[in-house]
Amino acid sequence: MISLTLVPTATWYLVLAAVLFSIGTFGVLVRRNPLVMFMCIELMLNAVNLTFVALARELNDINGQTIVFFVMVVAAAEVVVGLGIIVSIMRNRSALTADDLAELKG
Amino acid sequence: MEFFVFVCAAIMVLLGAVGVIVRKHPVHAALSLVLTLFGVAVLFVSQEAHFLAAVQVIVYAGAIVVLFLFVIMLLGVDRVENLRTEPLTAQRPLAIITCLGLVGVLVAAIVNGSGVLNERGEGIKLPDLQNGPDANTVQLAESIFSKYVVAFEVTSVLLVIAVVGTVLLTRKTKSSTGSQTK
Repeated sequence: MISLTLVPTATWYLVLAAVLFSIGTFGVLVRRNPLVMFMCIELMLNAVNLTFVALARELNDINGQTIVFFVMVVAAAEVVVGLGIIVSIMRNRSALTADDLAELKG
Repeated sequence: MEFFVFVCAAIMVLLGAVGVIVRKHPVHAALSLVLTLFGVAVLFVSQEAHFLAAVQVIVYAGAIVVLFLFVIMLLGVDRVENLRTEPLTAQRPLAIITCLGLVGVLVAAIVNGSGVLNERGEGIKLPDLQNGPDANTVQLAESIFSKYVVAFEVTSVLLVIAVVGTVLLTRKTKSSTGSQTK
């Protein structure tokens, strides 16, 4: 696992990705600004990408890197649509927190 | 050497991630996100995923964060969130407990399962004199355009749908008083 020569193995990368994912989860749970919540979702996506790349090298398999490519494309599309929704909701409002979106009235 | 790179990149990633969730100003949070994304790109390079590191810098740090900053500017930059008051009193301790539990479960699973990882793929080509300097890009392209070509084409449909949907969502109708949806 943790060797004495201090070469970072896949375990180290996976633990770092787990910590990054949890920080992103914490941000989504406690922050109120929908833009910052989106940034925390990006943190979680990056943690998963890091896991895929670490396992791709550990298992010596290029498919892990291929799926990271697709995750990036889907993340870009998700950010575009999400920010479009936020802009269209927030255009007529003054406050910018998720609590103000409790009612569905546009 | 790789240990040094890993430690520096890990510090970058964790500092940026903590910065995203503790900075009050959304612009500062977006700039902390850039730090995290660059750290992840460094980790990609140290794990022989050179093309993905370039895409990470170009797409994430170049496009997505700029989009975030653009929307922050569009909605007003001076809206600072008040992090001191919490409307739901039990939310923050519950979130801390949940995330610590998540870290614990994930790390336990990783450490417990690290023994079963064994090579099963057909190999990742490293850039050297035999494979050429762009071995990673070539191998990734061969994978995308042969084995996953259907998924690649569906991805283009997804991007078109995203663009059209965003234009429809943010469009201002001529009688933009009240109901914009139709």
